[in-house]
Amino acid sequence: MTAATDRRLPDDRVVPGDPSTPPGGRSSGDVLSEMNHPHRARAVKDVVARIVMWAAFALAMVPLVWILGTVIAKGAHMLTTSTWWTGNQRNINSDDFGGGARHAIEGTLQMVGFTALIAVPIGILTAVYLVEYGRGPLARTISFTVDILSGVPSIVAALFIYAVWVTTFGLERSGFAASLALVLLMIPVVVRSTEEMLKLVPNELREAAYALGVPKWVTVVKVVLRTAFSGIVTGVLLGIARVMGETAPLLILAPYTKNFQRDLFHGNFPTLPMMINQDRGDFALATAAERMWGAALTLIILVLLLNLIGRVIAHFGSVKK
Amino acid sequence: MSTVTGVSGADQTPGPDGQRPLQGDQASTGRIGDRLFGGAATVSGVLVIALVTLIAVFLIVQAVPALLDNTANFFTSRVWAPGGDQPAFGILEFLWTTVTASTIAMVVAVPVGVAVALFITQYAPSWMRRPAAGLVDLLAAVPSIVYGLWGLIAFAPVFKPVQGWIESALGWFPLLAPTGISGGTICFIGIVLAIMVLPIVTALSREVFDQTPTAHKEGALALGATKWEMIRTAVLPFGRPGVISASMLALGRALGETIAVTFLVSALSDGSPWTWSLFNGGETFASKIANNAAEFSNPTKTGAYIAAGLVLFVLTFVVNSIARVVIERRKAFTE
Amino acid sequence: MAKRIDVSDLNVYYGSFKAVEGVSMTVEPRSVTAFIGPSGCGKSTFLRTLNRMHEVIPGGRVEGKVMLDDQDLYASSMDPVTVRRTVGMVFQRPNPFPTMSIYDNVAAGLRLNGVKNKKTLDGIVEQSLHGANLWNEVKDRLNKPGAGLSGGQQQRLCIARAIAVQPQVLLMDEPCSALDPISTLAIEDLVNELKSEFTIVIVTHNMQQAARVSDRTAFFNLKATGEPGRLVEIGDTTRIFNNPSERATEDYISGRFG
Repeated sequence: MTAATDRRLPDDRVVPGDPSTPPGGRSSGDVLSEMNHPHRARAVKDVVARIVMWAAFALAMVPLVWILGTVIAKGAHMLTTSTWWTGNQRNINSDDFGGGARHAIEGTLQMVGFTALIAVPIGILTAVYLVEYGRGPLARTISFTVDILSGVPSIVAALFIYAVWVTTFGLERSGFAASLALVLLMIPVVVRSTEEMLKLVPNELREAAYALGVPKWVTVVKVVLRTAFSGIVTGVLLGIARVMGETAPLLILAPYTKNFQRDLFHGNFPTLPMMINQDRGDFALATAAERMWGAALTLIILVLLLNLIGRVIAHFGSVKK
Repeated sequence: MSTVTGVSGADQTPGPDGQRPLQGDQASTGRIGDRLFGGAATVSGVLVIALVTLIAVFLIVQAVPALLDNTANFFTSRVWAPGGDQPAFGILEFLWTTVTASTIAMVVAVPVGVAVALFITQYAPSWMRRPAAGLVDLLAAVPSIVYGLWGLIAFAPVFKPVQGWIESALGWFPLLAPTGISGGTICFIGIVLAIMVLPIVTALSREVFDQTPTAHKEGALALGATKWEMIRTAVLPFGRPGVISASMLALGRALGETIAVTFLVSALSDGSPWTWSLFNGGETFASKIANNAAEFSNPTKTGAYIAAGLVLFVLTFVVNSIARVVIERRKAFTE
Repeated sequence: MAKRIDVSDLNVYYGSFKAVEGVSMTVEPRSVTAFIGPSGCGKSTFLRTLNRMHEVIPGGRVEGKVMLDDQDLYASSMDPVTVRRTVGMVFQRPNPFPTMSIYDNVAAGLRLNGVKNKKTLDGIVEQSLHGANLWNEVKDRLNKPGAGLSGGQQQRLCIARAIAVQPQVLLMDEPCSALDPISTLAIEDLVNELKSEFTIVIVTHNMQQAARVSDRTAFFNLKATGEPGRLVEIGDTTRIFNNPSERATEDYISGRFG
């Protein structure tokens, strides 16, 4: 049918021994039987692997169910009292029941809100630089440091702020000082999630804007950021949820108070994590324990609420992954 | 990266169409708006560099005087008495406790995390994938203080008899010898840390396993591989750099975890004998600093704690850098 | 070695969607059969049912029979894993395992099947690379990564990997479409040699290739868009190309559509 020999590339095949040996030709005996025997063992391994994977997932679910179950079971009661949502812990001792958490709830929200106010613009602008402007060594360095910052333990960030704020400048500990430490922890989260969302914006949109003669900064703000907006919001909410539970900066920089406190800049400041920490030593007391679980449940509800809102916004947003 | 765990992978990934985002005509920006906005963006970025540099600088500057005053060897002494005329403080105990607890966390979390990631990407029915992933990510959303609380009140009483059982059965082995301490042992803390960092391992491993090219998976199957063999041949080797990077990031998190550990530690009294047992107590860098925040009034004492914090900073810095390098090298290889 | 394939009235479904309808054909041992037809007419889909690779996609299933000599590939006692060892496959884009060396790539199938003896492996790897016309080019760098070869070499590596496990049948899904003309020629020569040992089925978009390489040709087509693909005509290659019985076949071959 074809003159294959005419087109054969030179020297591409050396035939060992008998030139009529077909490729792959050998007595089917030994090798084939070697290949057929272990089949049962392989099937067994396959099934075992499947069981192991399912078991691993089940194992991972155990602590989740356990923790959430415990927090809900033990903390729900306090949340059903009306004073929880309206009162504070003034005059409540460790061995007293009751009291409220409003001071801590407001305090946490206030502190976290303030943190976001500082961290979000810095984070978004940095991400904008990395995606829209940066080239070369500066951008690489910034990206590297963002990664470093995301790995800095919360206690180290707190120590740093302490070293600057208190030791060097001699200022007092306050909600604001703790908030500064939280800013350090929140920036990398905002940078990374914003960066991802900006990269998802299709280049065609940028091209269209530039082709219309729109200046770069207008393109970035009105086209790119606007398109990525919902995704950025999601990232911000998730970042807030994360710093909401950070306790180390509070331990170092924002001592607890049982009273309402609106001033972020002076005096002790009430927060949910510190409210939990307050009773840590008395955990054997039913009263203290109940309060701790109540505060823990409140904190989890807030965190999950933010997570949920964030995911919902992402779901209905304009740039999908 | 996984936005839920807030952990970053490497950047510089191109967008979904494989190209870097357009940067526009660099030459035409003479306008005020462009200069201001671009300037603001650049300043933000530089600010981040400045912050990290400042962290290192301030920590070093404030640690050095205390270190100079230190009468004991900072790295090998087990004594911690930074007050008084003759401050003597060493981090050996903290180093041991921190590293050991974190290692235990890794030994538990990495295999389980990888298995869970394989489950989600390869074994779970398609309707189950998103919910299963969401549930595992939920573990990351739980604040660390709640882990501390749960560990203290709910988990510890359950673990104590288990520890007792292990000690009676295997207590002859130096790592598992009984020390009379129960509750906040290194082993216990390690396990709680494992639960906390598991979602990090899973989230990042999931991403790399999902990216395994179908061509390789099909190639393995077409050779007559079973599903597990296909995973071993195509998925796991492809995902190895990602898994290593995820493990490093998880390790970094475990090393620096503060409040959960603070809730759970059993501090050792001065002069306790040295033991290799994992059932010993002891404080980590983070918990020691957190527990003694009230002592920061004295400059030398503060300096000692800051020195400890500096060591922790360096440790996490190194670990996170390794994670980044591993992922960067893999990206160069596949692109 | 080299068995014959008998397909009776095969329908291929993905979920409830019928992708291919009512295919019946016989593939003779030690021959090359080409599947041709326009895009989306089901040739690759049908090819994959011959080694049960369609089942990798959720919802993939067949109705009908595929016999390999006297073995029913879809018998309830038949394990797809065994089928795939007996019926090998080479894909459109070369896909050597990136983390493995050339040697390890060829040996992959053997190792999976439990062959551990180094001498045996060495022997089969060498013979398979000879069989794929690749030995001379790689014999000095068997330990280098498989991904470091050129496209044509990679595809021959994949062929070596496939024949190392001694399949009865070799399926090739457009093996040359990602390759340059010289590599394509090399693969076509290879197919010509391999057919003395294996039964080969090759899907191709390139009619001239089908004419060059195959003994029999099968033409697939769609009745209309949205309809399942079907086998229109099968026969000796020379007859199909010079004297097709069906109008659609003639139209396709003379380039009136496709």
